[in-house]
Amino acid sequence: MPFETLLAICLAYVVLMFVVAFAADRAAARGHVRWLDHPLVYTLSLSVYCSAWTFYGAVGYASRSGLEFLTIYLGPTLVFTCAWWGLRRLVRVARMHHVTSVADLVSARFGKSNRLAALVTLIAVIASTPYIALQLKSVSLSFEVFATDTPEAPIINGATLGGTAGWVAAGLALFTILFGTRNLAADERHHGVVTAIALEAVVKLLAFLALGVFVVWGLADGPADIMARIARAAEAPENAEGWLLRADRWTALNMVAAAAILTLPRMFQVMVVEAADEERLTVAGWAFPAYLFAMSLFVMPIAVMGRELLPAEANPDLYVLTLPATQGQDMLAMLVFLGGFSAATSMVVVCAIAVATMVSNHWLVPLWLAMRKTTEGEATDLRGFVLNARRLAILAVVAAGWVYHQASEGSAALAAMGLVAFVGMAQVLPAMIGGLLWRGANRKGAYAGIGTGFVLWMALIFLPSVGMGGDLPVPGVMDPWAAAVFLSLSANTLAFIAVSIFGFPDPVERLQGLSFVSAVEPIRHSRMMRSDDRAEPLLAMARRVWGPEEALRYFQAEARAQGKSGYLPDLTPRFLTRLERRLGGSIGSATAHAMIDRVAGGVALTVSDLLQVADEAQRAKEETQRLESARAELAVTARQLREANDKLTALSVQKDAFLSQISHELRTPMTSVRAFSEILKDPSLTPEERARFAGIIHDEAGRLTRLLDDLLDLSVLESGRAQLSISVANLHDLINRALSAASATRPERSFLIDRDMSSEHLGIITDADRLLQVLINVISNARKYCDSARPLLIVRVQNLEADGTIIDIIDIIDNGSGIDSARQSLIFEKFARLNDPARAGGAGLGLAICREIMAALGGDISYLPGQGGAAFRITLPKRPPVGVAASGSSAA
Amino acid sequence: MPDKPLFLERASFHRRRLGDAARVLPVLSSALVLVPVWWAPALVSFAGGVLWFFLLWAGLILAVWALHRALLRAEAATMRASEAVAAGQSRPEGKAQARPAQGDARQNTGGSPDAL
Repeated sequence: MPFETLLAICLAYVVLMFVVAFAADRAAARGHVRWLDHPLVYTLSLSVYCSAWTFYGAVGYASRSGLEFLTIYLGPTLVFTCAWWGLRRLVRVARMHHVTSVADLVSARFGKSNRLAALVTLIAVIASTPYIALQLKSVSLSFEVFATDTPEAPIINGATLGGTAGWVAAGLALFTILFGTRNLAADERHHGVVTAIALEAVVKLLAFLALGVFVVWGLADGPADIMARIARAAEAPENAEGWLLRADRWTALNMVAAAAILTLPRMFQVMVVEAADEERLTVAGWAFPAYLFAMSLFVMPIAVMGRELLPAEANPDLYVLTLPATQGQDMLAMLVFLGGFSAATSMVVVCAIAVATMVSNHWLVPLWLAMRKTTEGEATDLRGFVLNARRLAILAVVAAGWVYHQASEGSAALAAMGLVAFVGMAQVLPAMIGGLLWRGANRKGAYAGIGTGFVLWMALIFLPSVGMGGDLPVPGVMDPWAAAVFLSLSANTLAFIAVSIFGFPDPVERLQGLSFVSAVEPIRHSRMMRSDDRAEPLLAMARRVWGPEEALRYFQAEARAQGKSGYLPDLTPRFLTRLERRLGGSIGSATAHAMIDRVAGGVALTVSDLLQVADEAQRAKEETQRLESARAELAVTARQLREANDKLTALSVQKDAFLSQISHELRTPMTSVRAFSEILKDPSLTPEERARFAGIIHDEAGRLTRLLDDLLDLSVLESGRAQLSISVANLHDLINRALSAASATRPERSFLIDRDMSSEHLGIITDADRLLQVLINVISNARKYCDSARPLLIVRVQNLEADGTIIDIIDIIDNGSGIDSARQSLIFEKFARLNDPARAGGAGLGLAICREIMAALGGDISYLPGQGGAAFRITLPKRPPVGVAASGSSAA
Repeated sequence: MPDKPLFLERASFHRRRLGDAARVLPVLSSALVLVPVWWAPALVSFAGGVLWFFLLWAGLILAVWALHRALLRAEAATMRASEAVAAGQSRPEGKAQARPAQGDARQNTGGSPDAL
């Protein structure tokens, strides 16, 4: 294929990428992000992991070391099995803090320390430069394959080929600056770049799959044949040694690849920074491993077929290109070339954006701000400066890669650079994971861990890889490279943990630690001046970062959210937190924090502020608990009220019944009195008749009087105006008198009386007449209502000491059917009457009077359930209460 | 605490167990990737290794896919259940219902913070 055609196709492809990126950016600007936000686009953009090193290099790696190349893909697969709980969490926390890069994440977690971020940036720059050089080299090498293939193009010589890398680098820098620094948005997303990369991912995959299918079914006879060839190749003596997997290298490589997928600047950029939310990881969790699977499925077949079909001196790293080219498959070779070109360019673009963001946010902007501190120039346009710093950084990063490429002519020095970069960035992992999981991790620990790891990486891996210093001298058969990886990572982790344990983090760090580990929104401390005149400088500052329109829009929206009109919201902790994080999304959290503190005049957070935050949380918790217990109390009260209400309703019904009853009771004797008075007027009556009728009138009047007496008695007792005459009495005598008085009630029934005479001889100080009244009433009731055929009355007296006071208890029990439980609570109420009132002949006041009397005497009368009949218990103290005794003595 | 139910309804219980499975999966897959090479490198270095690793890899992809699908469905089922409970009983006694996904996800990943 003529070199010019290749160049033309290549240029057309580049133009296509520019168009796609431009169209995607325009669509995003108009708000058409639905398709751009698809999880599939996200997954494809993750494939930036497969750089040219893996596209070309995997086959070379496989032909040298057999299946060991799989580690580069299996490590990330293992990480993605944690997508559900691990990666989603990482993305959520990072989005919550508007993290702009891996350095920013570490810095934000460890107290917004810019120096820590600068250290991470240093590692990233050192690791990325040779890595970018490797990509440029792969592009120029692939050009070379076509160039040497076409003898009719003699003008192509080494010098112009060296220039290819330069042209490619320039083009990539242009693309990155155009689409990577269009805006300084708070969420740092680049739709154009991501879409172009997703498209390149498709080209990459299609190219590799097409080549694989051609190799397996075109050159070999299908999978079975390939497996047989692999087995045959393994028998070759040099392969039996080189292809044998080594446990130490296998483990170290898997670890490093797993770490790389999290910490490599470009991977963090596409996986975390460009993610709109964490939900897309539910798709990417299986789709990205599937992409890696597809990319590595044909690596072994291509390696084996390359060894068989190509001359021994052919570079295995270029089998992917030379295999189709030597087989006369020009179109396929062209496609593979574009695939490799895609892999290299996407890696350089994303890597440049990620590293340039770090360099500008953590090196250039803080430096610039520190320099300007002396000269008061707050009105300058920070936004322009940040964007220019980023552009400059992109140019510098790509240029450094190109310079490195030009300087290192030996390809061997570059081949290992991918892994070297992996191990370098892996040094950030302990601090990153520790910071996300462990609240005790602190900044000093992070410095110690990353610093230790950085030094060991430089000494044991980076410098030896560029030809300075030697391999780690390890005893035994252990692989020096794997030993260096284990040593640097474990020393790093140990230093991180040990220093964290003995250190004490500052308050900002502790707040951030809480927010990162618990994935809760952080709240900035509230020791800001809460005045409006501070809001204006903040607005001015935000304008410098975002531009006037966006800053005004944001401030207005925030003010509206607070219920304020105008553009100046109150400086509440919530607003300051949100503002800081949004600013952090543009210039990094450390710088944003410092700038807000400077402008708003914030006071440094102290431990007592932290305690105050904790106190507030505690108070809120206590308040909740208090409300909870108040609710329970209310429930109890409500229940008591409900019961009281039920009782009141029942009483009201009873009272209504009684009123009609009492009217009846009063009317019956009245009617007799009136009727017999009428009869007495008749002069023809005999004296006997007269005497009899007068007797009836007298009896009826007596009944009326008793009824009225009872009512009066009750009302006196209830009002507490009862006059008591306290005296000493013998209980035995009282019971005797009561029994004989009550025997007048229904004298036709003979009761068997069961008493325990010996226990009854108790002297008590009380109003004997009143007590007698109670006893008579209870015993009469028993006589009236006991429905047993052989009625029995049991009287028991006990003398108990309870709570330091001596009380007497009199139980009066009959063997009738008793009172059913539903009415037990009502019998002591006024006007309560059981059964048919006509049979009882009373007004239903007896027990009510008894209860009032006992209350007046300091005792009680209650119904005893479960005694085999109606049972009443009368309790009274040995001596009446003081108040009663006093009123009694005064009455005496 | 009154807002943390001790026992969950069927839907949330199922979801929690799927979450446990998601935690075990990385451990299991790491063991399957690493241990054969420690144990018998000669067996998995050549053609046998090609079979073993690619089959394992395909199995892992399918497992993650199935797990994520089941988790998403369980999450949706829990949401529906809690909505049904919320709609069914508006009385305060209805508190012991499953919590919505957001809060739970937080609980899953965050756990309760220790003292400040």
